[in-house]
Amino acid sequence: MSAASPPGPAKGNHAARLRAVPLAVAVALLAATLLAGLLVGAADLPAGGVLKALADRLPFVRVDSGLGVIEENILFQLRVPRALMAALVGGMLALAGAGYQGVFRNPLADPYLLGAAAGAGVGATLVIVLVPGDPGYGVPLAAFVGAIFGVFLAYALGSTAGQGNGVATLVLAGVAVSSFLAAVQTFLQQMKAEELQRIFSWILGGVGSADWHQLALVAPYSLVSTVVLLAHGRLLDVLSVGDDEATSLGLSASRVRLTVLIAASLATACAVAVSGLIGFVGIVVPHAVRRLAGGSYRIVLPLSLLGGAAFLELADLVARTVIKPGELPLGVVTAFVGGPFFVLVLRASRRQVET
Amino acid sequence: MTVAVRGLDVALGGRPVLRKVSLDVPAGSWTAIIGPNGAGKSTLLRAVLGLLPSDGEISVAGADLGRLKPRQRAKVVAYAPQNPNLPVGMSVFDYTLLGRSPYIPHLGRESARDRAVAAEVLDRLDLAGLAGRPMNQLSGGERQRVVLARALAQQTSVLLLDEPTTALDIGHQQQVMELVDQLRLSDELTVVTTIHDLTLAGQYADDLVLLSGGRVAAAGPPAEVLTREAIEEHFDARVRVLPGPDGRPLLSLERP
Repeated sequence: MSAASPPGPAKGNHAARLRAVPLAVAVALLAATLLAGLLVGAADLPAGGVLKALADRLPFVRVDSGLGVIEENILFQLRVPRALMAALVGGMLALAGAGYQGVFRNPLADPYLLGAAAGAGVGATLVIVLVPGDPGYGVPLAAFVGAIFGVFLAYALGSTAGQGNGVATLVLAGVAVSSFLAAVQTFLQQMKAEELQRIFSWILGGVGSADWHQLALVAPYSLVSTVVLLAHGRLLDVLSVGDDEATSLGLSASRVRLTVLIAASLATACAVAVSGLIGFVGIVVPHAVRRLAGGSYRIVLPLSLLGGAAFLELADLVARTVIKPGELPLGVVTAFVGGPFFVLVLRASRRQVET
Repeated sequence: MTVAVRGLDVALGGRPVLRKVSLDVPAGSWTAIIGPNGAGKSTLLRAVLGLLPSDGEISVAGADLGRLKPRQRAKVVAYAPQNPNLPVGMSVFDYTLLGRSPYIPHLGRESARDRAVAAEVLDRLDLAGLAGRPMNQLSGGERQRVVLARALAQQTSVLLLDEPTTALDIGHQQQVMELVDQLRLSDELTVVTTIHDLTLAGQYADDLVLLSGGRVAAAGPPAEVLTREAIEEHFDARVRVLPGPDGRPLLSLERP
């Protein structure tokens, strides 16, 4: 040991905290993708008009956008809610993924690990099969309830079956509940094969049907889970040393785990309720953030929220422009865009982060 | 502060691992828990920490440890595990700062004082130069010192160390043991370690507790506990025990 180390270079500048530059980059990315989402679409709205119309909605600003009534309607009843919904879904999935990864101390955990996807699938399929015609908001509501139910089932099963060794049992319970609910869903869907088209289009995911009412449906829950999850960054960092050590550091590991699981599951339920099953975002975005900005959950959680929102905004943009005037399912695009994007991130980052 | 354990019973999966274990660790002393593999050494430490359900009394300075909340307990007893989980990519400084957890409000953040304590501990352990280094890029000796730094950042009066010298070479073993001894003397810490190396245990500890089959087989000063007969009986090993220059016993294996 050398005693010659300079005194006090460790005054906190080695602490991994969210710095201004990555935060600004993430916010700018989200703003840019949101704007692109508003400007691009099937109807050719003039960019200047869109910007003016948006500015007109700001308090104390009056600008004449020059848009007609129909164009105004396209902008504010279709594009704005859709853009906001894509951002919300992407943000929730990425945030929930980061939360699950913290709780399970595994970067490969995803928001669907505990049966949220399969539960939502059963809920949505039930409504599509049982309610003739257009079920309106029945599908998102049933998917939301189904997702919560799936996670609850997995948690109840995991905590009654496993004394000690809690996390592993919970994951196994999640796998069991997921396969069981997936079987139920398949059975329901086979009983009513003529609805296959609608069921599949729900499963493949998308935010094409987004409107203000749907947004209002999930926004409060999203807000609650966002606040709770962002508040748990430091605690997830403590939890990263494992339950026993975290307990010896004065943390109630099981309480933190349960709180984060509930909040992350609520976020997942919000996302699946309005967008179906969109994969990839929940794993890839937090991982990219980890590689580019650092592994502390105080960085990963907020940047995943912003990055996930920007990523899904971009994916939705691709989904509705590539085969104009048709639309690709959003779940297909996330995997298609996400795969190469992830390879780029892996190559670009020389940070030694193991999966 | 004095650590007292009275009639401790611990069962894991229905199998009794510790039976009626009692021991006293005087304030400011160093007690080493020795014993063959599977004797229950680590279990004893984990039970004292409240990580395992147990029957019996565990008190520190007269206060019942079992009644304390985890956060209060973490201000009294610090723990360095045998195989610490090292969060990938976490810096040495952030890892040390985890030791301040019991002092940070549940949803709050570290204060300037918490950061100052962490920086000071790193300084004392000659780790200030490594503050920005990720935990997974440390050598075995550095890692052991950083884990110790985290425990010290808790500013407790009792330190529980589970096998602090495993996987270290003889030089780093000496370094870590000397460091613990210095810290014990300067900060008046009460130290309890489990340890495999009997000679090392005898060199540093004031008292040894020999656990065998979940019971206390012998306890007392090293020269009384480390006898040829006791080691043959409990470890099934044939050793020669010689008094060292300071009266502490030195062990060497005897070939059959």
